[in-house]
Amino acid sequence: MTPDLIIEKIKKRFAGAVLSAKAEFGEGTVSIKRDSLLDVCRFLHDDPELYFDFITDICSVDFIGQEERYEVVYHFYSVKHNHRIRIKARVPEKDAVIDSLCPIWKGANWLEREVYDLMGIKFNGHPDMRRILMPDDFVGHPLRKDYPIEGRGERSSFDFIPDID
Amino acid sequence: MGVLERQFEENVLTTTVDAMVNWARKSSIWPMTFGLACCAIEMMAITVPRYDVARLGAEVFRATPRQSDLMIVAGTLTRKMASVLRQVYDQMPEPRYVIAMGTCATSGGIFNTYSVVQGVDQIVPVDVFVPGCPPRPEALIHGIITLQKKIEQQKFLRK
Repeated sequence: MTPDLIIEKIKKRFAGAVLSAKAEFGEGTVSIKRDSLLDVCRFLHDDPELYFDFITDICSVDFIGQEERYEVVYHFYSVKHNHRIRIKARVPEKDAVIDSLCPIWKGANWLEREVYDLMGIKFNGHPDMRRILMPDDFVGHPLRKDYPIEGRGERSSFDFIPDID
Repeated sequence: MGVLERQFEENVLTTTVDAMVNWARKSSIWPMTFGLACCAIEMMAITVPRYDVARLGAEVFRATPRQSDLMIVAGTLTRKMASVLRQVYDQMPEPRYVIAMGTCATSGGIFNTYSVVQGVDQIVPVDVFVPGCPPRPEALIHGIITLQKKIEQQKFLRK
């Protein structure tokens, strides 16, 4: 299916959930409400014409200063039909939580952990919500826009260094 | 030599324990492969015939810390790798030496960020720092020679 047809199909089924949609450069992008994410994705996965059986990536964007500060971006691919779609959902700063897609795609597990680790967005219903890249005792989420880009060459203290003398 | 002169057979030499032990140690510094980034490529290059670190007796790269004397920290050390570096260092038998190779291992270099350790001397005691990004193989060999000179001055039995 072409991106236009996929967007039409989603719009027809979830008229109230779709905020905006566009098909540019041969790519389809659909912005949806946060609460309807699980329903939309279940439809994308199960519908025989869409059949998005592969989750390519999950990314996140930090629009600092805006009311709905974060945006989670999902990329899906159908191996069977060879078509793709991009789904976006905005998340407010106060309540940075979104539903986990692990019940639908097992592959979402580590991708969501990466988003949690670096951007600090939590995923409802995730089986193992831990950091994946940074050490477990790390404080903060380094890819947020208000995280300092540069350190000042701090001398850190490391708890695994034994005390001698 | 003084009083010892002409007292022994022809093939007997006299020396001090310090000089003997330090000579043995400095002439067989077996490094451990601890390549972390692009510096590791230059570290590998010191063993090839063009640079030939075998001249210094340091060409035997060991894959285990238990058989090695020298750890060449070649590359960027991230915070998550830091505990591994310390663990590997603790497994090395004494006497053990560390060369911090390159700007990243020395001070964090251009990676003044959240995930990079700003100098491996925060994790392990470092004997020789080799600057460069990455250092040329000649620079690393110079670092090894500097370490040899340092070993020569060690006091083995005396305080």
